[in-house]
Amino acid sequence: MNDQALMEKSREPFLIQRIRAGERSHFHELIRPYERRAFLIAYSVLRNQADAEDAVQQAMLKIFLHLEQLAEADKFAQWAMRVVENEAKMYKRKRHQHLYQSVDEEQEKEGQTKHFRPKQFADWRDLPNEILEQQEVRAAIIESLASLPEIYREIFVLRDMEHLNIAETAEVLGISVPMVKTRLHRARLMMREALSPIFAKPKVSIWERWKGVNPWFAAKR
Amino acid sequence: MVRCKTIIAHLSEYVDGEATPEMCHMIEKHLRGCHRCTAVYDSTRKMLVITGDERVFEIPSGYSARLHRFLDKAILEGSAS
Repeated sequence: MNDQALMEKSREPFLIQRIRAGERSHFHELIRPYERRAFLIAYSVLRNQADAEDAVQQAMLKIFLHLEQLAEADKFAQWAMRVVENEAKMYKRKRHQHLYQSVDEEQEKEGQTKHFRPKQFADWRDLPNEILEQQEVRAAIIESLASLPEIYREIFVLRDMEHLNIAETAEVLGISVPMVKTRLHRARLMMREALSPIFAKPKVSIWERWKGVNPWFAAKR
Repeated sequence: MVRCKTIIAHLSEYVDGEATPEMCHMIEKHLRGCHRCTAVYDSTRKMLVITGDERVFEIPSGYSARLHRFLDKAILEGSAS
C-alpha cells in the first residue's frame, strides 16, 4: 500500500463516523478509492461492462444504506467489496441469460478444472512494459480472463489484478484461506495456458535455424 | 528426481514467496534440470507482471461521474421520502 492509500485508509473510520452522524457527502470520499476494485469485481462476475456498472451503483447504494451494520470500521474495504460481490451475483441470477446457466453448470465446470494440468510448455518471449499499450494485447488478456470459470476469475481479479493479500481475498469472497490458495493456483495455471499462444516465442523451423548459423549461407546473401 | 506434478502443484506458493525453505530448495533443484517446468514457471511470472498492471483493464470513461451522480440522486430521493 502506498502512502496515499495508507492515508485514505486511516481516514475511513472518521469518514464513517461523520456519515453515520448525517454528513452524507463524505460517502463520496469514502468509496472513491474502491471504485476501480468494485468495477473489476462486478465485471469478473458479470463479464459485461454495462451490467457491472449497474451492479456497482446498486451495491454502493446498499453500502450507504447499511453502513450502520458495519461493526468494525477498519474492515470497511472487505465488507464493502463483499457487498459488491453479492450484488453482482444477484444481478447475474436475475439476468435472462442465466436462466440457461445453472449453478450446477458452474459446479460442473469447477469439477472439470479440479485437476487442471498445463499443456503449453513453450517459452514465452520477453514482454516489454510497452506491450500493454497495444489494444489487442489488452483485449486478449481480458478475453482470457473472461474464459475462466467464475470462481477462478474472481480470485484472479482480487489477488493478481487488484493485489489484495490472501486473507483479504478470503474475506471478500467469504471462503477459507486454503480454498483461496487452491483456486488461485488453478486460476493462474488457466490464465497462463490461455495466454500462451499469444506470448510464446515464435517457433523457428530447422531451415531458419540452419540459415542463422550457416556462415556460407549468410555470405552468399 | 521429484515429479513435475509435485513441482507444478507448489508453483503458485513459490512464485508468491510462500513456499517453505525445503520446498524452495526442491523446486529450484528441479527447475535446473527440467525445461518444461522452467517454461511454466517463467511464463507464470511474466503473466503475473502484465496482468497485474493497471493498464490491462480500462474502466469505462465517465464511470466514476455516473456512479456519484446516481448516488447523489438516490440518496437525496431516499431522504425526501
